Amino acid sequence: MKERTFRQDHLLGIEHLSVDDIETILETAEAFIEVSSREVKKVPALKGKTVVNLFFENSTRTRSSFEIAAKRLSADLINFNSSVSSLKKGETLKDTVLTLEAMNPHIIVIRHSASGSPHYLTTFARSSIVNAGDGFHEHPTQALLDALTIQQRLRTLRGLKIAIVGDILHSRVALSNILLHQKLGNEIALIGPPSLVPAEFAKLGATVYYDIRRGVRNADVVMMLRVQAERGARNYFPSIREYRNLFAIDRKIFSLASRRAILMHPGPINRDVEIETSMADSDESVILQQVTNGIAVRMAVLYLLKGEIHETLN
Amino acid sequence: MDEKIKAKIMDDKKMKRTLQRLAIEILERNREADKLALIGIQTRGVHIARRIQVLIKELEGIDIPLGILDITMFRDDLHKHEQQPAVKKTRIDFPIEDRDIVLIDDVVFTGRTIRAAMDSIFELGRPATLQLAAFIDRGHRELPICPDFKGKYLPTSRRERVKVILQEIDGKDEVLIMEPKGF
Repeated sequence: MKERTFRQDHLLGIEHLSVDDIETILETAEAFIEVSSREVKKVPALKGKTVVNLFFENSTRTRSSFEIAAKRLSADLINFNSSVSSLKKGETLKDTVLTLEAMNPHIIVIRHSASGSPHYLTTFARSSIVNAGDGFHEHPTQALLDALTIQQRLRTLRGLKIAIVGDILHSRVALSNILLHQKLGNEIALIGPPSLVPAEFAKLGATVYYDIRRGVRNADVVMMLRVQAERGARNYFPSIREYRNLFAIDRKIFSLASRRAILMHPGPINRDVEIETSMADSDESVILQQVTNGIAVRMAVLYLLKGEIHETLN
Repeated sequence: MDEKIKAKIMDDKKMKRTLQRLAIEILERNREADKLALIGIQTRGVHIARRIQVLIKELEGIDIPLGILDITMFRDDLHKHEQQPAVKKTRIDFPIEDRDIVLIDDVVFTGRTIRAAMDSIFELGRPATLQLAAFIDRGHRELPICPDFKGKYLPTSRRERVKVILQEIDGKDEVLIMEPKGF
């Protein structure tokens, strides 16, 4: 067996990872799944390390998932809540991060509405930076946990057709998944109204469909995206009712996919908007397995990133 | 580091005899076979443990449960590595509470792996007894740890390395002492 090495200082996006990096993270995550099945769900691997959750956007599931992952590895975790922080008092992002770094954390997990903000942090921070979602750009741990779930259910990550349905334009989940499956050589179908699936996405090696029936045909994975009302997604189509009629997944449409197909959703789901409620609870739905795998993937990422990139901060 | 073979200590026949003796000794010490369980330490310890499990089955006709343990997460040197060592799978699908557990590894050296394995096992429960079987004991202990069952005691110098070569991984069985080239 080949011993793998992971040489990344940060996890900014799938864009920067090699196929080898992706496989190392997934293999490590598989080993960490066992920890969460124990009675005592804790190992000392990151004892003495400090992880900061720096979330500038509302998030419950991703933040809690990173929190549980850090704690199961015995790291100390600090939740930095932007709504009660100094940012409200006019402090810049850089000053906030420099202040946090003066407390010597090893890893900073950041979610920010500005695309590229995690990358900006790496220009001056000495901690390892983990992108937990930046604007409309990337959400790498989501794509990795999706990949782990696909691998568990379909026993492979190669030779697949991945159909992604919904608001591709505003979705960092979609972009990270597109980049990941493009690296693995899988076929990618993007489905949604033209306003939310610009033809430019074909440049990423994907095929664009405006008809869900054609797009999901023979797909091995059907990935539904949430209609992000809070990002103004509703301005891109006439009505929720029309969107549901054209792009929601139900049993009839799902039956066009491959016989072994699985149904995914990054959550939170809007029942009976993008996903019919009986489909969300069906045997083919892996939505809750995705959440469980999120912890193992984030444990793997926190474990593999060393922290303390630069010796000193001047 | 470039290495060369210094000596061949065992061939496949010798290894088989030694494994048989280890299996007998383990049975001798643990008369209540239904309480007995083996745990192999990733990766070579797992294969040694599996062979001992098969030998016990041949000798007494009983199935002894076998667990797999990866100790990476319990290492005491995680902060010292340039890159984090790869984490492998742990699978112990029987309760270890009140059992007689025999930990099995291919080589015992400083004792730090065994310390990590002990910590890891006690996170899973409280065994009745915890014993250690090492196929090769090469000395140089840094911790107060001593195997209950030894395949062979092999005095070595610190710059040497003991390689237990196994059919399951390498396609043949032998034990070698390696030394750095240029010595």
